[in-house]
Amino acid sequence: MLAEVFADRRGEKRLFRTRALVLAVLVVLSLALIGMRLFQLQVVRHEHFTTLSDDNRIKIQPMPPTRGLIYDRDGVLLADNLPSYALTIEPEKVDDLAATIAELSALLPISELDRERFRRLLPQRRRFEGVPIRLDLSQAERARFAVQSHRFPGVEIAAELSRSYPQGMHTAHVVGYVGRINEQELEQIDRSDYAGSTHIGKVGIEKYHEAWLHGHVGYQQAVVNARGRVLERREEKTPLPGRDLHLFLDLDLQRDAAAALGDRRGAVVAIEPETGGVLAMVSSPSYDPNPFVGGIGFKAYAALRDDIDRPLYNRAIRGQYPPGSTIKQFIALAGLASGVATAREGKYCGGYFQLPGHSHRYRCWRSGGHGTLAMEDAIVQSCDVYFYRLAHDMGIERMKTHLAEFGFGEPTGADIAGELGGLLPSPEWKRRARNQPWFPGETLIVGIGQGAFLATPLQLAAATAAVANRGTYMQPRLVSATRASLGAPLDPTEAKRRLLPDKDPAHWQTIVDAMTNVVEGRRGTARRIRNDDYRIAGKTGTSQVFTVGQNETYNEAEVAERMRDHALFVGFAPIDNPQIAVAVIVENGGHGGATAAPIARAVMDSWLLDQRVVPSTENAAETTSQ
Amino acid sequence: MAPHKLRIDRDSSGLDGGLLARLHLDLPLLLLLLLICGLGLVVLYSASGQSAEQVDRQLLRLGVAFLLMIAIAQVPPVVLSRWSLPLFLIGLSLLLAVLLMGEQSKGAQRWLDLGVVRFQPSEILKLALPMMLAWYLSMRPTPPRLLDIAVVGLLIAAPVLLIAKQPDLGTAVLVASAGVTTLFLSGLRWRLIIGLCVLGAAATPLVWSLMRDYQRRRVLTFLDPGSDPLGAGYHIIQSQIAIGSGGLHGKGWLGGTQSQLEFLPERSTDFIFAVLGEELGLSGVVLLMLLYLAVILRGLSIAAQAPDAYSRLLAGSVTIVFFVYLFVNMGMVTGLLPVVGVPLPLISYGGTSLVTLMLGFGILMSIQTRRKLLQSE
Repeated sequence: MLAEVFADRRGEKRLFRTRALVLAVLVVLSLALIGMRLFQLQVVRHEHFTTLSDDNRIKIQPMPPTRGLIYDRDGVLLADNLPSYALTIEPEKVDDLAATIAELSALLPISELDRERFRRLLPQRRRFEGVPIRLDLSQAERARFAVQSHRFPGVEIAAELSRSYPQGMHTAHVVGYVGRINEQELEQIDRSDYAGSTHIGKVGIEKYHEAWLHGHVGYQQAVVNARGRVLERREEKTPLPGRDLHLFLDLDLQRDAAAALGDRRGAVVAIEPETGGVLAMVSSPSYDPNPFVGGIGFKAYAALRDDIDRPLYNRAIRGQYPPGSTIKQFIALAGLASGVATAREGKYCGGYFQLPGHSHRYRCWRSGGHGTLAMEDAIVQSCDVYFYRLAHDMGIERMKTHLAEFGFGEPTGADIAGELGGLLPSPEWKRRARNQPWFPGETLIVGIGQGAFLATPLQLAAATAAVANRGTYMQPRLVSATRASLGAPLDPTEAKRRLLPDKDPAHWQTIVDAMTNVVEGRRGTARRIRNDDYRIAGKTGTSQVFTVGQNETYNEAEVAERMRDHALFVGFAPIDNPQIAVAVIVENGGHGGATAAPIARAVMDSWLLDQRVVPSTENAAETTSQ
Repeated sequence: MAPHKLRIDRDSSGLDGGLLARLHLDLPLLLLLLLICGLGLVVLYSASGQSAEQVDRQLLRLGVAFLLMIAIAQVPPVVLSRWSLPLFLIGLSLLLAVLLMGEQSKGAQRWLDLGVVRFQPSEILKLALPMMLAWYLSMRPTPPRLLDIAVVGLLIAAPVLLIAKQPDLGTAVLVASAGVTTLFLSGLRWRLIIGLCVLGAAATPLVWSLMRDYQRRRVLTFLDPGSDPLGAGYHIIQSQIAIGSGGLHGKGWLGGTQSQLEFLPERSTDFIFAVLGEELGLSGVVLLMLLYLAVILRGLSIAAQAPDAYSRLLAGSVTIVFFVYLFVNMGMVTGLLPVVGVPLPLISYGGTSLVTLMLGFGILMSIQTRRKLLQSE
C-alpha cells in the first residue's frame, strides 16, 4: 500500500492541483466578501459616512455678538466694551514651561494666583491654544513685554472685549452690571443664541434689557483636524451686535444728586414729567460694578454684602419706605375725586383724633393742634388730624382704589430689573397676608402714610410727576431710544401714559397750590428751599422707624441714629411748566423739610439752572444737624 | 512530451534566455509586485502627510527587499529543502529566547536585540514553518497519516503558541494559517478536515480563556465598536468612515479628509487601506484587490506546476500566507474582522513584513524558474 501511494506521483500532483484550486476558489470568495463589504460601505452607506466624515472635520463655531453700549442723554458712555489684555502661553511652542514662567515673572509681576489659574487651565486647553498666565495687563506691562517678546516664542498678548463701566459707582444702581452666566441663567436663556457668550446682565438695565443688549450669535464653519486645530474658516454668518441704549439719565444730574445726598443713606429719583423719563436715579451708598464683570473675589463680595450700609441694595427701586406725609396730597386728591371732601370744607384739629366709641388717641404731630383747617392749609402744615378725618370719611377701599391709580402698591414697570412694588394695605391684603381682620384705626394710619403702607422712591417720583402733569400718569422709563449701530437712526422707545380718572382741573389746581405753599407759604414745611429763580411745588414727609408709645414723646437725640425717622420730600418744578419731579428719601434723616428738601432743591437747581453741586460731606453733616 | 513542455515554458516566461532567466525571476510575478509596490508608494505619500522622507525610506526598504528576493531566487528548492529543519530549529529557539530575554514594547515582548539589528524572530517562522512542514510532509506518504498529522500539529502549535504568548495575535494567525495551508495542500482527507474544523470550533472557549484582556477587548470592540467610540472602537469607526465617505471614486489623491486631517489612526501603517479607500474610492480598492488576486493566482499556479512535493507545498503555503496577510488586514480595516496588528502587504509603511513577503516571492520565483531543469532531469 505504501508502494502504491509512492508510485502514484501523478495522482499526488492531481490531488495537489485540486487542493490548490479549492484554495483559489476560497481566495476569490474571501476577496468577494471583502468586495461586498466595501460595496456596502462605499456605495450603499456612502451618504451616511460622508455625513460622519463632515461631522468630524467641520465644526460650527459660534461667534458671540458685541454687547450694545449704554449712553446717557448727552451721549456720555455709561457701559462700554473695552479690550482687555491677557498674556497667554501656547504650550506646544514652549519647551520648558517652568523656565519660561520664571523668566516672565522677572519681567511682569506674576502672582501665585496667576500660577494657580495657569496650572488649572493647562490640562483643559489644547496644546496649541493659549493658556493665560496673566490677566489685565496694563499699558506699561504690555509695552515692557512687547520689547522683550522675541525672547518668548509661544507667549503672546491676547485681547478680548470686556464690559466696563466708566462712571463706576455713579451709575452702578441704574446700569447694573454683567457677570458670568451661571447655571440658573443657563436654563432660562436660549442656549444656541448664547453659544460663545460668557456674560449676561445681572442687575439693573443690563439685566432688564438683556435681549436688546446681547444681540444675536453668528456662526462660522471651521475645518479642524483630529486634534481640533482650525485649518480653515468659511461660510460666516456674522453676529448681529446688541442694540445701543440711550437713556433719559443725565450724568451731570446723576452726579449732582449723589453729591447732594453725600454720604447719607438714601435715594433720589428724578423724573421728567412729560415723558416719564428717569433723569437721575441715585441710591446711596453705591459700589463699583467693574469688579463684578471679571468675577469679584469672595472677600470683596462678602465685604459689600455684609456692609451695614448695604451698598448693593438699590434703594431707589427696592427701598420700601412708609411714605409718611408725602402721601397726603394724594389722599387729598382721592378725597376730592371721590367727592368725600371739598377744598374749602374745614376740619378741626385739636391735637388728636379719636374714633367714635374708642379711647385711643390718634395724635397730630403738633400736639397743640391746628384748629380748623381747609384742605390747602392741612397739606401745607401737614396736619395729621385733618387726614385722619378724611381717611375715616373715605374708608379704606375708596382710598386704596384712588392711591392705586397713582401707581402705589404695584411695581411701576420701569425698564430696570429688580423693582419692588411697595405695599398698599387693604382689608383683603391683611386677611391674606396676616389672616387678621382690618381695624378702623388702620384706615387712619394709611391716611398719613404710615403703618403697613410702603412705597419706593421711584413710585413716589412717578406719582409726583402725575401731579405735575395734572392727571397724566407716565410710566417711568430709563431708555429713551435704541440704535442698531453707531450710524443707524435712533429708535425712540414708546411712552406709556395713563389718564387718571379725576378730570376736574380745579382739583389738581387745589393740590398744586397747596404743594406750592408747602415751599412758598409762611408756614410751609419746606419753606427753606424757596427761591427766586423758579417755583417749586412739594411735600415733606417724615416716616417713623421707631414707634412712639401712647404716653411718650419723641426725642430725636435719645433715639439711636439708625432708629431715627426717615426724611422724605417729593416735589416738582417749575410749577407752570414742570421739567422735573423729584422724590428724595434720607434714611434716618430726621425731618423731611430739613434734610430731604434741600437735596431736592439741589437736584432741581442742577437741572433747571445748570448749577453744579459741590460734593462735601461736611455740608451733609451740617444739614443733618439742623 | 518534453520539448513540447519546454516551448510552453519559453512562452510563459517571455524574456527567456535573457537577464530575467539568468536571475531566476518570474516576469508576471515581478511586474505585479512592482505595480503593487508602486501603487503603495503613491498611497503612502498621501497617508504620510506628503512626507517625501517617509517615501524615501520606504523606497530604500523596497530596494533591500527586492534584492533579498532576487538573492533567495538564486537558491534552488533542493537547497531550501535542506535548510528547512535547521532554520525551523533556529527560529524556534529564537522565539524561546525572546520569551526569556526579549525586549518589551507596547506591552508585548516581540523583539530580540542582536546588537546590530533588532528584529522579531516570529517573522522567521512565517517562512520557516511552511518550509519545515513542506520538508516533513514531502517525505511522508500522501495523504498524511494520523501520526504525521499529529507531528505536523505539534510543529504548528509550538511556534504559534510561543508567538501568541508574546503576545502577537496577528503573527500567530499568519504562522498558523501557513501551517494549516501546508497540511491542507498535502492532501489531508476531507473527513479529517471537517473533523478538525469541528474540533477548532469546540476549542473557541478555550482560546477565549487563554486570551489576554486587551485581546478580548478587541474582539468585543469589534463586535460592537460603538461601545467604545473614543477608545478601542475609534480605529474601526474612523476607518469605516474614511472608506465609506470615499464612495465610488474617492475624494481624490491627497484629498481624503479623514486621512489628511489625522482622524484616521495608524494611517500609514496598519490602516493605510482606509486611505486608499477614502482617496481613490471603490475603484482604487478594487484595482488593488485585482492585483493581489493576480499575485495569488500566479503563486498557486506556480505551486500547481511545481515538479516535486516540497516545492508544491512550500509555494502554495507561501502564497496563502500572502493572502491571509491582506485578508486579515482588509477585514480589520473594513470592520469585518477584529483589530489585529497585520499590515497591508507591500503597501503599509514598514520593513519587517516586507522582507518576509519578498523572501517568500523569491522562493516562488526560485521554484518557478527551476521547474524545467528539474523536469528535464
